Amino acid sequence: MAINRRTMLKGAAAVSALAAPPFIRNAFAETPIKMGTVFDITGIFDAYGRPIDMAVRLAVKQINDAGGLLGRPVEHISYDTQSDMALYTQYAQQLTRQDNVDVVHGGILSASREAIRQTLRRANTLYFYNIQYEGGVCDRNCFVTGVTPAQTTEVQIPHTMEKWGKTVYILAADYNYGQLMARWIQKYVGDNGGETLAVEFFPLDVSDFGSTITNIQAAGPDMVYSALVGGPHMSFYRQWAAAGMKDRIPIASTTLGVGSEHLVLTPEEGNGIVVCYNYSPELDTPANNQFKAAWAEMHGANTVPQIHELAVSNYQGVMLWAEAVKAAGTPDRDAVIDALEGGLELEGPAGKVSIDPQTHHATLDVHIMEMREQRLDVLESFASREPIDTQLVCDLIANPDDNMHYEIDI
Amino acid sequence: MDLAAVFTIEILYSIAVLVLISAGLAVVFGMMRVINLAHGEFMMMGGYATIVAVQAGINIFVAMLVVAPLVVGIIGLIVERLVIRHLYGRLVDTLLATWGLSLAFIGLAVMIFGNTTTGVSTPIAGFTLGRFQVSGYNFFIIVVATLLLVGGYIVLRATRVGLVARGTMQSADMASALGYSPDRVYMSTFFVGSALAGLAGGVMAPLVGLMPTWGTAYIAKAFITVISGGASIVFGLFSSATVLGVVSQTFTFLSGPVIGEVALLVTAIVLLRLLPQGITGYFFRGRL
Repeated sequence: MAINRRTMLKGAAAVSALAAPPFIRNAFAETPIKMGTVFDITGIFDAYGRPIDMAVRLAVKQINDAGGLLGRPVEHISYDTQSDMALYTQYAQQLTRQDNVDVVHGGILSASREAIRQTLRRANTLYFYNIQYEGGVCDRNCFVTGVTPAQTTEVQIPHTMEKWGKTVYILAADYNYGQLMARWIQKYVGDNGGETLAVEFFPLDVSDFGSTITNIQAAGPDMVYSALVGGPHMSFYRQWAAAGMKDRIPIASTTLGVGSEHLVLTPEEGNGIVVCYNYSPELDTPANNQFKAAWAEMHGANTVPQIHELAVSNYQGVMLWAEAVKAAGTPDRDAVIDALEGGLELEGPAGKVSIDPQTHHATLDVHIMEMREQRLDVLESFASREPIDTQLVCDLIANPDDNMHYEIDI
Repeated sequence: MDLAAVFTIEILYSIAVLVLISAGLAVVFGMMRVINLAHGEFMMMGGYATIVAVQAGINIFVAMLVVAPLVVGIIGLIVERLVIRHLYGRLVDTLLATWGLSLAFIGLAVMIFGNTTTGVSTPIAGFTLGRFQVSGYNFFIIVVATLLLVGGYIVLRATRVGLVARGTMQSADMASALGYSPDRVYMSTFFVGSALAGLAGGVMAPLVGLMPTWGTAYIAKAFITVISGGASIVFGLFSSATVLGVVSQTFTFLSGPVIGEVALLVTAIVLLRLLPQGITGYFFRGRL
């Protein structure tokens, strides 16, 4: 059919009529407060990212159901970085330049955090990193609500050394988190009179640990500390159990379980592994029970087992930000920062959350847990642990323009 | 002494894994020149088939050795009838089509299984060798790989089916002139190739953290092994797997998995530079 000018004009009119509705705005709607998120919802880190996304959506829904923030609805702009670091930088720029969001909650791996932190700082966009990590970020624009080694590993190591012995073999993922975590573990092992026999690093896509298991046996440690990250590294625990090592040398981990890995391992493979985090699904508090009930109502009861530490950290991060906006009376960055530094406290599913003004990190409750029959059973609890590791290197009150990720030196 | 024994077992295991993951591709690419970029996803589906079967109560060995290959073989059959059949001889088009298929399969797996599926434990206990604990399952994998090679050789060499397959691959016109339908032969060969991929995935399932994207880590190694092997299917697979397996495991023991991978890739490059037709283009020529 030949297209002449008449049909062209008719077609154009039809198309613009169809496209019109998005451009027709209700002149009386309140302008929403925009919150952007960047997480790996698909790809090799989707076990972390998908429940995080669900937790954030739950938080936004609860905020909006309660009337929004300052009478305005919260608009959630979500980007999926597909476990690809390059997309983090791209989406962070998109959030600040095109979408003009008021706050960004994002990043899972420490590498992703560092990829976007500077972009967000330059754009003066408030940034929340709600993931447990290796500590040391000193940036007035960045708030961290995840646990750091001084909060968790510092109590986990004496507990395991008392239980199992003095010699440790460390396995870690080969990027900034794994490298720094390995140094922290060595530090605390040394502080408690123990000895690190060896440290091995593995790129994130290694899934064959046969020679490593042989090396560990040759060294004969009292325990293995694992800072392995992601799906392929899960094979270590499988292959370890397959070699019959499960009952010979115990394992402690600083990462296993934050992404519900205790569900992927069978009970025989997971029983007895000791971890230490801010949240356990087994915590029996009113806040946690309400949270789980609300989650079940929004996402379905069969997804409740997917709730993990990182998801809860992000839920608490979003809620903390919401409280700060209400306290400040505006979503403007500087007012919100002042509100957060002013001693705001949140009762989250994992306990009390408050911000330490010196470091912009969170003071959190931590629990030492043991994996048992695919649960995370709490062994010992520690209330309100401050982020002392970052406090050693970072003072944002004295140096508000500090913009460094301090690495611990051993 | 026992360290040497463990080392030998690890090398044999490494060779066996390379044979397993490449067998399906050797059949599909080596015989039919179809570049199946969804090979890794076939393996992944074999793994999930095993997990589902075990959770439904089927004995794990039956699930791994029978259910997984059958399920993936049937999926391969459907793929062949719907997609590959129209693209024989069009190398770049099959590349594109199978790449799209691999993305689709990953997406399907994510939708159906999510990302935190509980896996299956290895059914064979570890045992002690001197002062070392060795995974007993490694032996199982070595045995399966050996049976695969031997069985493949016997089928291709000594059975009528193998003869027809070889004949059709060499000259489809002659084979059809003699009364055999090349269409049928291609279909069955693709079925066997997919079933082998499913077998590999099923057998490896208890040893890895199975996720929908697991297959992508193996596709490169499988292609490298098949292409370094050369024209012969059984001998090519065996020889390239041996060379690459020995080199990568030795370096892994000496300096860790990273160097092991690098060594494997460097060896492949050197092999292809020196022997562009693959190992069996120069040695074991004319053998199966």
